[in-house]
Amino acid sequence: MSEIEPDKNGESERDAAPTDPEFNSTLPIIEASSKDITGYAMIDGMTPVMANGQLVDAEREIRRLSRRSFLWAGVTLATGFGAWKWINTRPQVDGIGMPFRRVLEFNEKLTRSYFSPSRLAATFPVSLAREPVVTGEIGMTDPSFDTNDWRLIVEGMQGSNEPISLTMADIKALPKFEMVTEHKCVEGWSRVVHWAGARFADFAAKYPPAAIRGAVPGYVSMRTSDETYYVGLDMPSAIHPQTLLCYEMNGEPLTAEHGAPLRLAIPLKYGIKCIKWIGTIRYADTKPADYWAERGYDWYAGF
Amino acid sequence: MIVNSIEKSQIQSAPGKVLEKKHPLAIRWFHWINFPVLMTMIWSGLLIYWANDVYHVSRFKLFPEWFYTRFHIGSRLSEGIGWHFLFMWFFAINGILYVLYTAISGQWRYLLPGKTSVKEAFQVVLYDLHLSKYHPPRRKFNGAQQIAYSSIIVMGAGSLITGLAIYKSVQFGWITALVGGYETARFIHFWLTIGYCAFFLVHVGQVVKTGWNNFRAMVTGYEVVDAGEAVI
Repeated sequence: MSEIEPDKNGESERDAAPTDPEFNSTLPIIEASSKDITGYAMIDGMTPVMANGQLVDAEREIRRLSRRSFLWAGVTLATGFGAWKWINTRPQVDGIGMPFRRVLEFNEKLTRSYFSPSRLAATFPVSLAREPVVTGEIGMTDPSFDTNDWRLIVEGMQGSNEPISLTMADIKALPKFEMVTEHKCVEGWSRVVHWAGARFADFAAKYPPAAIRGAVPGYVSMRTSDETYYVGLDMPSAIHPQTLLCYEMNGEPLTAEHGAPLRLAIPLKYGIKCIKWIGTIRYADTKPADYWAERGYDWYAGF
Repeated sequence: MIVNSIEKSQIQSAPGKVLEKKHPLAIRWFHWINFPVLMTMIWSGLLIYWANDVYHVSRFKLFPEWFYTRFHIGSRLSEGIGWHFLFMWFFAINGILYVLYTAISGQWRYLLPGKTSVKEAFQVVLYDLHLSKYHPPRRKFNGAQQIAYSSIIVMGAGSLITGLAIYKSVQFGWITALVGGYETARFIHFWLTIGYCAFFLVHVGQVVKTGWNNFRAMVTGYEVVDAGEAVI
């Protein structure tokens, strides 16, 4: 440290520095203001240990300070250990401890309050597109089936008390939209993929949800035909311009393992939300069930 | 700074040791809170990484297959995510408060490297490796420490920024773009963690080498020094 500049009285400016408030000795400690009496110059960062104008044993004083500090350390450690124990012994809520579930929900709330539909996922040149890793087969449709037999069931549509049934032609009648985005897996990997299909926003405009309890439903549920895989989406993410009901991948019709005939591509969310082999779409006013959210993962899973 | 105004008689009547204030209470709290929080972040981060362990050092996988078999590491991804996204708050808040505190209290003066820090850091390293007998004059933090303790803060900021770039790559897409994209953000985020581990090893090694008086100062705030050698 640089030299302390003496002020006009020849004393250090830092003499006025108060003693450490922690340094609460039972021994009388000389005050900075009494330095004139003893001639003891106190400098910044140093607390003279004085008793009756004499220096006392610094070793004794540090032992006293140590006892107090290490006691604090012990209490803190015990508190931390208690908190850790508490976290680990809470009941599970959908495959994960209650504190973690609550925090995931808190983080979701924060993200949703900051969400803006005008923020888009990054897009890439088509040349970077690759095949994504083939993931789970839960809900896979029999690869030998005929697309002509496929029907999409829509539940909760406006003006229809009964679920309606759509064909592939109905989906392809919607404006076709292409995008090259990063498909990100919750495991960590990502792949640039070229998707093509109908925007869910266009789908929802053509087949609008019926009001539930007097309000536009805030959620969408999608399930595979066999109901074994299912995802829940919040409406703002579902009607985002980059949320596609896809029937083409990297310029080719979807293959069975990648979700033929219809899958979701939603670059706003992790791959776990990109449901393959969609069979049913339902509008809902409460958070729909979600396969991976029931198994310890974040329900929102959105970027 | 030498306490030159202590009269000779006083030095003789006392054991010649004084207590020197080294670490303010706030910094001690920040430091000791950060320790378990960072450990939890590293551990939960590894649980996440192990779900997709892509990084190599040349041909060598960082965690080879036998590692998973030997230590019975199954899939604990959701658990890792749960801890990571809870403790990220403690890590961020504690780190931000530390930076604010050092900025406002003036402690940054001791921590930020100065003009001579690099030269001094070399001298300290050579001395520690027993390649030189010269140790630069004692100060609160020497050049090597200043560089290390400032770098670790920059690294912490890097972890927060790249973490946000991964976590909210659409809503904070501009940050993701700024750090070079999602994959790059993940890469940096991972290697910063390896950096913490390296820092930790050196740091603990130095603390052990320096001894109890120095370690105790991080708990009590005070170091016992010879009256004539008191420095700040």
